Amino acid sequence: MQMKEYKPLIVAFCCNWCSYAGADLAGNNRLNYPADVKIIRVPCSCRVNPMFVLRAFQRGADGVIICGCHPGDCHYTSGNYYTRRRMAALFSMLDYLGIEKERTRVEWVSAAEGAKFAATMNDFAEKVAALGENKRLEDLRCKQ
Amino acid sequence: MQRVGVFVCWCGSNIAGTVDVQAVSDALKNEPGVVFSTNYQYMCSQAGQDIIKNAIAEYKLTGIVVCSCSPRMHEATFRKTAAAAGLNPYMVEIANIREQCSWVHKDILTGTEKAIILGKAAVAKVNLNAPLTPGETPVTKRALVIGGGIAGIQTALDIADAGFPVDIVEKNPTIGGKMAQLDKTFPTLDCAACILTPKMVDVAQNENIRIFSFSEVAKIKGFVGNFDVTIKKKARYVKEELCTGCGACTEKCPMKKVPNEFNLGMDTRSAIYIPFAQAVPKVARIDPDACNMLKKGKCGICSKVCAAGAIDYTQKDQYIEEKYGAIVVATGFNPISMDKFDEFAYSQSKDVITSLEFERLTNAAGPTAGKLLRPSDHKHPHTIVFVQCVGSRCDSCAEKGKEYCSKICCMYTAKHAMLTRDKYPDTEVYVFYIDVRTPGKNFDEFYRRAVEEYGVKYIKGMVGKVTPEGDKLKVQASDLLANRQLQIDADLVVLAAAIEPDKSARPLATMLTASMDTNDFFTEAHPKLRPVESPTAGVFLSGACQGPKDIPETVSQAGAAASKVIGLLAKDKLTGNPCVAHSDEMMCNGCSTCERVCPYGAITYEDKEFRMPDRTTKIRRVASVNPAVCQGCGACTVACPSGAMDLKGFASAQIMAEVDAICK
Repeated sequence: MQMKEYKPLIVAFCCNWCSYAGADLAGNNRLNYPADVKIIRVPCSCRVNPMFVLRAFQRGADGVIICGCHPGDCHYTSGNYYTRRRMAALFSMLDYLGIEKERTRVEWVSAAEGAKFAATMNDFAEKVAALGENKRLEDLRCKQ
Repeated sequence: MQRVGVFVCWCGSNIAGTVDVQAVSDALKNEPGVVFSTNYQYMCSQAGQDIIKNAIAEYKLTGIVVCSCSPRMHEATFRKTAAAAGLNPYMVEIANIREQCSWVHKDILTGTEKAIILGKAAVAKVNLNAPLTPGETPVTKRALVIGGGIAGIQTALDIADAGFPVDIVEKNPTIGGKMAQLDKTFPTLDCAACILTPKMVDVAQNENIRIFSFSEVAKIKGFVGNFDVTIKKKARYVKEELCTGCGACTEKCPMKKVPNEFNLGMDTRSAIYIPFAQAVPKVARIDPDACNMLKKGKCGICSKVCAAGAIDYTQKDQYIEEKYGAIVVATGFNPISMDKFDEFAYSQSKDVITSLEFERLTNAAGPTAGKLLRPSDHKHPHTIVFVQCVGSRCDSCAEKGKEYCSKICCMYTAKHAMLTRDKYPDTEVYVFYIDVRTPGKNFDEFYRRAVEEYGVKYIKGMVGKVTPEGDKLKVQASDLLANRQLQIDADLVVLAAAIEPDKSARPLATMLTASMDTNDFFTEAHPKLRPVESPTAGVFLSGACQGPKDIPETVSQAGAAASKVIGLLAKDKLTGNPCVAHSDEMMCNGCSTCERVCPYGAITYEDKEFRMPDRTTKIRRVASVNPAVCQGCGACTVACPSGAMDLKGFASAQIMAEVDAICK
């Protein structure tokens, strides 16, 4: 049996107003980033329940990144501040559980920052790939 | 179980070039709930939409997934298509396989693989979608225009002409903006005042327009159709309704040595002043930093000479609350500060001026009554050097300049050079440029006239240093085409300073929750297709606050913004966003956590009667969301400790299903 080349699985939650638009702009400008990154659209980064992040790791994701508007620019005024605080708490807990800090990230990407979006994803995918597969939280019962 | 239809778009070769669309539609056929799957060249075309409509009818679809471009592009289109076929528009999900797949991946295998996964996630989500019905909110039929320059003036006039009331908020004592300071305008060389001041008078006389001059927006709450705005009317120490603008006070005021900001400090004004003769409203204002009465309590001459009794030294800032249906941002631009450009000796020599100062120097109503005289010794300059792109297109000097092209400088410099040569043929005029950019209508002809008919010396290259020596300015420059260094003894150096958004734009954007780019220009909802709307519903953009613009472009954008506002105000009711939070009352424990995180105050608590299993009734305190106020951010859904709060359209179960589909 031939070993498959290791490809990390990365879930990116992007807020509808800034980061999702930033990802679209990266597309418009044909800025490449790894296909391992799969984007889920949420209205605001503060919609991301820590449960979603846990679920992703449980189901075998190797990295989770949450992108929102820059502080002060949130379409809903203060959503990204909630995200920042919630995820700081969640990520340190995950770190304690053995999900390295490099596997989780919160990044601010505006609708005008297509280049930043692509660069962020390239960088994040590279860092996650360097860590290898995440087995810590993976629940094999989910993978029948 | 839903009956899902999957529609994969080729987008010509945009998607089909990197994604095997047939493989995608085949793979998604086997997903749970999918009863129909197909692909087509252009799903958004009429023929493509017909495929969707027919499939909805034929296969009795209850949900559809379109694998195509970004939902920001065509979600609304496909929702309309679904609605036309009798399906609830919120039963549509988009898998973004263009911007986030085919355009960013080169390899057809990885592209196809990712497209299938994105499609699966969308199918998983749509399986959990529920039909949603948007609520309706009334529209306040009044518009607010922030900024009273040519952009704001034109927008307000156009809205008022359609019969809707408009308020202009202008931070300066008069409307008119930068255009009021200009001398002539390119490419026709008609005088700015002759075309602007009649419009200013129109604004003053239009009964649908109110001007809040010397005022600022202090607070903005609400949402499209229903903005609550607090306007701060700054104290001008003159009663606006009484002042006749006769000017007796400005003549008698003993404090005459205040730098005149309208003439960019090149002459002086009195402490009580009217900015310029054609000011609208023509009402005096007392400068509290200069007035002896306000500073020391001694003087009071103006109140003695004022026949109308308009002077009021005790006036305070006033706060006015108004309701608006739409807001137009027209905050305009400013030339950047030249303080950091030491190489051009701007702060060392009075004879190094900016183009806007040159504009005042040649203006008949300016400090020299239109005679081109050097600011230092009031002598006629014989050699003038114009430097273009000072701070514009400045990649290497990002900390002092701007990376973008300021767009208007090539044309106004050509205008300045031409007007100088026209009035004073004995003057030698040099223009240093990186590129001459003249793509507007009749613009290139205008520039060529400056070179060919008026003999302006255009030199490709940049000025390296300006050194004041005696009464001359030694200009060191390079001529790139001739590949040589130049030394010019100039009498006057004019710098075409880059333009930047007004400083008031950033705090305003925060209040409006409108987005800005890294240069603080407002971002439009779509750079090509929605250029005058901001991504925030009900907020529109007019003029240079969105990007550098000349007058014709500003006026056309102002009209476009006005027509968008008119379209909004013409509606009696707006359909809201149905993707709002809702609380499961059986799970809610009334803890108030969601109420505290809600940025809109959309959540209230009420005591409700519940029937218990043992047939008794119990009164419990539960959360209730006002769907008209909720904007659907979802902050409460995460904060809720009992998991009672969820967001329609982005339910926890739906997002989890997407996560699962992606991580399979």
